[in-house]
Amino acid sequence: MSAPEVHHLFHNPIADHSFSADRQTLAIARDTTVELYGRVGNAFKLKDELKGHDKTVTSIDIAPNSGRIVTCSQDRNALVWEPTPQGYKPTLVLLRINRAATFVRWSPNETKFAVGSGDRLIAICYFEEENDWWVSKHLKKPIRSTITTVGWHPNSVLLAAGSTDAHARVLSSFIKGVDARPEPTAWGERLPFNTICGEYLNNSAGWIHSVAFSPSGDALAFAAHDSSITVVYPSAPEQPPKAVISINTQLLPFMSLIWNGEAEIIAAGYDCEAFRFKGGINGWQLSGTVEAKSRPGLSEEREESALNMFKQMDLKGKVKDNTQLKTIHQNTITTLRPYETSGDAVTKFSSSGVDGRIVIWNV
Amino acid sequence: MSQSLRPYLQAVRSSLTAALCLSNFASQTAERHNVPEVEARTSPEVLLTPLTIARNENERVLIEPSINSIRISIKIKQADEIEHILVHKFTRFLTQRAESFFILRRKPIKGYDISFLITNFHTEEMLKNKLVDFIIEFMEEVDKEISEMKLFLNARARFVAESFLTPFD
Repeated sequence: MSAPEVHHLFHNPIADHSFSADRQTLAIARDTTVELYGRVGNAFKLKDELKGHDKTVTSIDIAPNSGRIVTCSQDRNALVWEPTPQGYKPTLVLLRINRAATFVRWSPNETKFAVGSGDRLIAICYFEEENDWWVSKHLKKPIRSTITTVGWHPNSVLLAAGSTDAHARVLSSFIKGVDARPEPTAWGERLPFNTICGEYLNNSAGWIHSVAFSPSGDALAFAAHDSSITVVYPSAPEQPPKAVISINTQLLPFMSLIWNGEAEIIAAGYDCEAFRFKGGINGWQLSGTVEAKSRPGLSEEREESALNMFKQMDLKGKVKDNTQLKTIHQNTITTLRPYETSGDAVTKFSSSGVDGRIVIWNV
Repeated sequence: MSQSLRPYLQAVRSSLTAALCLSNFASQTAERHNVPEVEARTSPEVLLTPLTIARNENERVLIEPSINSIRISIKIKQADEIEHILVHKFTRFLTQRAESFFILRRKPIKGYDISFLITNFHTEEMLKNKLVDFIIEFMEEVDKEISEMKLFLNARARFVAESFLTPFD
């Protein structure tokens, strides 16, 4: 396994990151601006800055085919940035919310996107041709607190959402005129807008940090603040699920998770490194870390020379400098995203963290 | 370090490490605001259960976690009247300089001597494990400092008394 690719961009937190389909452009949410980085050789160089928000940008997503960038921010707005020959042109989305927008993701078919918000609702946004703007419909009904995360089903109709009221929900975002009637799945057959296909409470009522459907869409995984990951296998519409498997760990909570095929989940969070979970419908377990700890360059405990010891004491007032963590990320990892895939399996994934680093890992 | 201090500090350290899992969270009640939820107390679902770790009846730590901030309050040991005065003066000295002491809260929680308020912006800027180390070190040092000051005060009082009483010799 070759070493991961580390890009230390700056010393601010990265709220979210997204790569374009050709992996040459990297968009990063940094404070109130969105920065676009272009790949130059082995490094990423700042190419463009998109300024349009006046509060912290919370989430960003690039549509792989159309190249449109959607961003949302705590200033209650979402913007769609259309690539034009003169640069990116922003369009304001009519979200109709009056609290922070917290999370945004394009649907897999790129005709819609979902914006989670602190207004206790999810706005499903789609383009209205006749008026030439992005409008939204609200998913409101059972949500009682801030939406922290959303995840799309591959059919672009079902949407999973996690919230601080400790529930992960599967909802229908079917919009007449935009979506074709979806094939019936194990989650539901008839799916008018705002159908609740599943509602799962975390065992210890912890906030949900991340949700993701498996590549087939027949399983849902979510990570909660009680350091657990739960995988749900639905059986049939309006039936209790076939299996709900919770994996409790002794680690710190996970902020983000991705599926690698149907039998592996990669999750990362406050422990500043990524962990693998392996299993299936019969059970899941933690199988180890992605990061190999014996990297070269991480010097092991060495016998210090007396001169060096006194030098350190003079310079820093202490003998040993232990400010560095043993992991590559030096602070919480906030987002994991697949970087390179072959079929359903992820061969490389990227992570971004509060420490301003982007790391591309080999699975 | 005495035998009962070590497990006490260890318990505080592991609780703090777990409680310092903070994220950026905008207010659900006020538009365009981002406030420490543990202070605002407007949304009960984003507050966690407060935790008290006590070494004995007059030495304890209260940790109140929430989604984007935690409050740590420390009750410093006060065995007698002199220590009470010393602790009061010492914490007053610190809290008056709270501005340059980023994580210090200007006013301690009722029943405690000193409080710290750590928000997600602090954990973003500073190293989390160093913040925990700082709190633990503070707890270790403050006891030492107070007993040192008490000894010094006693020595000085004796000296003053002696020099007052010399004329009557």
